[in-house]
Amino acid sequence: MELWQNILEALDSLMSNKVRSGLTVLGIVIGVGSVIAMLAIGTGAQNTITGSISDIGTNLLFVMRGSVSEELRNPKPLTLGDAQAIEDPFAAPSVVGVAPMIQGTVEVGYAGESSFTQGIGVTVDYQSVRNVDLLEGEFISDVHMLGRSAVAILGPDVAEALFGRVEGVVGETFRIEGQPFRVIGVKSPEGGSGFQNPDDQVLIPMTTAQTRLLRRSRDAVDVILVQALSAESVTSANEEIAAVLRARHRTPIGEDDFTILTQEDFLETARSITNVLTIFLGGIAGISLLVGGIGIMNIMLVSVTERTREIGLRKAVGARKRDIMLQFLTESALLSMIGGLIGIALGWGLSQMVGAIAAASDADLYPAIGLDAVLLATLFSTAVGLFFGLYPAKRAADLEPVEALRYE
Amino acid sequence: MSEWLIEAEDLTKVYLMGEIEVHALRGVSLRIAPGEVISIMGPSGSGKSTLMNIIGCLDRPTNGTYHLKGQLIYDLSDDQLAEIRNRMVGFVFQTFNLLGRQTALTNVELPMRYAGVTNGRRKRAIEALKAVGLGDRIRHRPNELSGGEQQRVAIARSLVNNPAIILADEPTGNLDSKSGEEVMNILLGLNEKHGTTLVFVTHDPEIAVHTQRVIMLKDGREVG
Repeated sequence: MELWQNILEALDSLMSNKVRSGLTVLGIVIGVGSVIAMLAIGTGAQNTITGSISDIGTNLLFVMRGSVSEELRNPKPLTLGDAQAIEDPFAAPSVVGVAPMIQGTVEVGYAGESSFTQGIGVTVDYQSVRNVDLLEGEFISDVHMLGRSAVAILGPDVAEALFGRVEGVVGETFRIEGQPFRVIGVKSPEGGSGFQNPDDQVLIPMTTAQTRLLRRSRDAVDVILVQALSAESVTSANEEIAAVLRARHRTPIGEDDFTILTQEDFLETARSITNVLTIFLGGIAGISLLVGGIGIMNIMLVSVTERTREIGLRKAVGARKRDIMLQFLTESALLSMIGGLIGIALGWGLSQMVGAIAAASDADLYPAIGLDAVLLATLFSTAVGLFFGLYPAKRAADLEPVEALRYE
Repeated sequence: MSEWLIEAEDLTKVYLMGEIEVHALRGVSLRIAPGEVISIMGPSGSGKSTLMNIIGCLDRPTNGTYHLKGQLIYDLSDDQLAEIRNRMVGFVFQTFNLLGRQTALTNVELPMRYAGVTNGRRKRAIEALKAVGLGDRIRHRPNELSGGEQQRVAIARSLVNNPAIILADEPTGNLDSKSGEEVMNILLGLNEKHGTTLVFVTHDPEIAVHTQRVIMLKDGREVG
């Protein structure tokens, strides 16, 4: 028996019972559709998160006080002195830029309206280390640093909230914690949302922040951002920074009282979290695919019973077991493959919808359907059809011809 | 190698209906020469259908030996029996048993598909349909054909693989007398033209009149 003839016959048989075939396929459609949509959303979330981590800059290391794994007594704070020491090209040759930061929540106000945002005290090098693009104006300069100037760079969301526009606000004066500050620049939007949204920040000179807004003892800083020379030198930069800080904190032996995380560490963590999320969502969706498969099995069993006489006749004129097997397997595989294809379309539609909803609510989520997901879904749904078709097909193939012919 | 097409010795068949043993055949012996036309008659429950099933290799005897064209039909797998049916036996049923969604042509092609015939399959099927006088009906589906026409399609299907024997189980049972006569004429014509061996299973004496020999069964035994 040729495969093509088999497929035509199976299609014919499925078409003769359109409503039933349609309803049976529905289970697979929903299963595959949800698997595709979930994978797309998971991939989209991963892209967004890893993308926003990569956007922070290139080859970055984050130096923080304390340890994430050990309980430490009196960890020494990181200071501006530490930052300067790391910048020393003889002590740390792999380092090209150092940007210490202090940060805290501040109240900003303009024309009687006020809101809260994140205030960050930064140095001049922050711009190059952190890849800051400006929509307009200029970045904080040495003059501002030395003069402890009351100037600020606004994130676009802050500018929008304060002035209702993101351009033409340079030169405006607004208040941070009640003190007047002059806008000298507006950051380009980076995207992102929620906690640590880079668009919802106010950058001010470190010196100004220390003395007037975010008071810290003894030149302490919260985070030191370090840029390594290249991707390859991130590891050596890590070691060099550790050596410098151990010497300065007098902890050459014992536990470090600081933590150095690389951008890759963050990416790694984000990927593993979103992978778990994707597998979890996909797994739940996979269950509905399984249910769809059981639906196929059910209908195929009904179909075998209904066509007992036909099977008997086919056997009488010379069909072997494998011919009958093949006939019914072709039908169930075709059924689930068609379901899979419609499901892919449905999944695509669903993920577009989720993307549209996300876009409407300003969340950065772009569901992405990979070719691998499509192939996987097609193969998997066909496999489901074959698997769940196996038992009904075997039942059909094992019918005794005499009894099948006599079946009423 | 014997000259008999069918040689059956002391066939018995016992069914289990739940706990009860049913003796459908109690030792039937039978010889049919090539080209013979015979009928197997008997009241219902006499075992004539069981005998036909064994002759047609649809079923296995419980005991006894059966040779079809010199080949011992014993201890064969289901698939081997299927191949023998496919090549050597043609069936014509009382209820036609055509595939309802397929055309006359594809119905007739079916045995050739299972035989793996690809070359000239269509041509052979058309010829078989012409032989039963349905050359102008090849694209019709069973529900577009009269009962007599449907049975003629079934006959075309039974002869398309050039079987040694055609088994007809009450072939006219569902037909009016006129189309019944046509069907009989076609079958008998095949015997005259090609020497096809015909075995009718029937309780209609009208059919038995046309056959050279009658085997009467009663309670699983040959009588008369």
